[in-house]
Amino acid sequence: MSEPLLQAVNLQCERDDRILFRDLSVSILPGTLTRVEGPNGSGKTTLLRILAGLNDSYSGDMLWRGRPRHTYREEFLRNMLYLGHRPGIKPLLTPMENLRTLMAGRRYVTDKVLWQALEGTGLGGFQNVPSRNLSAGQQRRVALARLLVADEPLWILDEIFTAIDIHGVAALERLLVERVASGGAIVVTTHHDFNLPSMHRVTLGGRHDHGL
Amino acid sequence: MTMASETKLPVRTSEESVSALSAMKAVFSRDLKTAFRQPQDLLNPLLFFVMVVTLFPLGVSPEVSFLREAGSGILWVAALLSVLLSLDHLYRHDFDDGTLEQLVLQPQPLFLLVLAKSLAHWVLTGLPLVMLAPVLGVMVHLEGNSVAILCLTLLIGTPVLSLIGSIGAALTLGLRSAGVLLSLLIIPLYIPVLIFGTGTVMAASESAPVGGQLALMGAFLVLALTLAPFASAAALRISLSNS
Amino acid sequence: MWQIFHKLGSPKWFFGIASTLMPWLLVAGAALLMTGIVWGLVFAPQDYLQGNSYRIIFIHVPSAFLAQSVYIMMAVAALVTLVWRMKLADVFVTAVAPVGAVLTFLALFTGAVWGKPTWGTWWIWDARLTSMLILLFLYFGVMALGAAISDEKSSARAVAVLVLVGVVNIPIIKYSVEWWNTLHQPATFKLTEKPSMPAEMWVPLLLSVLGLYLIFGWLACLRMQTHILAREGRTRWVKELVQAREN
Repeated sequence: MSEPLLQAVNLQCERDDRILFRDLSVSILPGTLTRVEGPNGSGKTTLLRILAGLNDSYSGDMLWRGRPRHTYREEFLRNMLYLGHRPGIKPLLTPMENLRTLMAGRRYVTDKVLWQALEGTGLGGFQNVPSRNLSAGQQRRVALARLLVADEPLWILDEIFTAIDIHGVAALERLLVERVASGGAIVVTTHHDFNLPSMHRVTLGGRHDHGL
Repeated sequence: MTMASETKLPVRTSEESVSALSAMKAVFSRDLKTAFRQPQDLLNPLLFFVMVVTLFPLGVSPEVSFLREAGSGILWVAALLSVLLSLDHLYRHDFDDGTLEQLVLQPQPLFLLVLAKSLAHWVLTGLPLVMLAPVLGVMVHLEGNSVAILCLTLLIGTPVLSLIGSIGAALTLGLRSAGVLLSLLIIPLYIPVLIFGTGTVMAASESAPVGGQLALMGAFLVLALTLAPFASAAALRISLSNS
Repeated sequence: MWQIFHKLGSPKWFFGIASTLMPWLLVAGAALLMTGIVWGLVFAPQDYLQGNSYRIIFIHVPSAFLAQSVYIMMAVAALVTLVWRMKLADVFVTAVAPVGAVLTFLALFTGAVWGKPTWGTWWIWDARLTSMLILLFLYFGVMALGAAISDEKSSARAVAVLVLVGVVNIPIIKYSVEWWNTLHQPATFKLTEKPSMPAEMWVPLLLSVLGLYLIFGWLACLRMQTHILAREGRTRWVKELVQAREN
């Protein structure tokens, strides 16, 4: 059993006078995929943002490799990749420029590798087109191209399958499976039906009705 | 199995990340690049600056004596307002398209990245205002020496406006009617810069020594450079926490 | 030590303490304030220069004094909010900001009323009045930002940042306004340059300042209690408290 990368201990989060979750403890181990489930408004995105360190209005402890995360913030951020609802793509820049600036803050990657990553997400030929001329799905693919060059052992991916077509979804599923097999830790939320045999589940919003 | 796989994806130490300086450069050049792709947005604050200055001769008096006395104040107020107007964009687009989240999640200290963004904002708004000021200074009949001093005060003062304004922009991020609120928060904080900016020019026009005032404005700049990025970074974290 | 600190931060604990303190604060504050004001308005000697009009200082000075120290108190609380995340501290900032604004306004208003007989005009761009006006703007900014953010925790933390930025600026603003004032009006009547006051004047003044501090303490407790009730409405102790009061 390897040590967990990220641990949340007794998390409690309330938002606008409503308790989203309490006494929630999650351990993210290398080589596992954790799926956060729950109905709309149950706090899936909030939990992911807390795990990623974007939201700090919670009580409880966050541990990075067994130590308080806030004291190892730089190391945590260096080893964590977060993709949210908003793709993080500047409409005025081309996919290449976008990817280059996104990577510029994290590690040195040659243009050739980035070019290939964009080709790998099906954006071959669009590398130098302004991103605003791309469709929503293509813009998300630009963000997903980061996954192909990422060396971060921890991925936190919010609604990753949104606006991606069937082929893209299949390729993405394969990527996630391979990543887990090679020791990566992944946390996802998705409405898309996605199953792995060894998947961990975190279910939120137990008190809510699931029907309409 | 896990042992073998862990060697494939080792945890990196923070020393293995990109240096803060090159990350700052990347942020700075991205902001310039996006701005130049939409040149109209760059032009608008400048046009606003010119138009506000035009209002004073029309609305108060075109007399040379009035304009010469009030000119530095008019230019400073107009510059202040147009910086204020442009602040709303500082983080708004980044917030909407998600690049701000990615910025906050970069391993480098956030205050340095914020500093890079504030500097880019100054290069894109403050600096053009400084370059336009001599023309307008002549139009409000300021004398040669006063024009030079005015430009100097703007050159020292407008970065302070960008730096302090960045705090307000970060605090009001994602709020309804953020623009007006931003002005309410920031205008009181701009008052010292305005006072010294215009006061220095007035002193110069009376041939009084201005070295002391300029040094003080320099001190404001140093203070803003060292403190404002921390406040902006804290404010950004809070605003993103809330979104 | 830490336990005491945590206890101090607990809204429930504060609520109890405040309830016992408040009557004392109110009685003592009202007594001091009334003594100070009545003494100052009725029994203190006339000013040799300004006659009776100076008597407004028994209201003006305490409110101006408190208006500034409330902002300083808010800044301390803001620091505590940001560093230790103490719930009570951010309740204090939100509860007290409007009180500070009212006191600032009162100081400005009484200053204007005093200005009429002294300077012959309601408003003068005197350094002190101008600084107070800017302080009022700062209070308005704090209140506006607090009202604009719906989530209480984020609101408290954003306001705390703004208050701290403001408090760093206050000395700079004060200094620059004074410099500006000397630049524009080299020779005006200065309120500060009064020779030493006789004891019959400063003793009532001191009493009313102290009285207003205590009254402020009472008001702060009251407003904080209200905010705590609204905020902790779902907790058990608040529900029990409400039931106990209803019976």
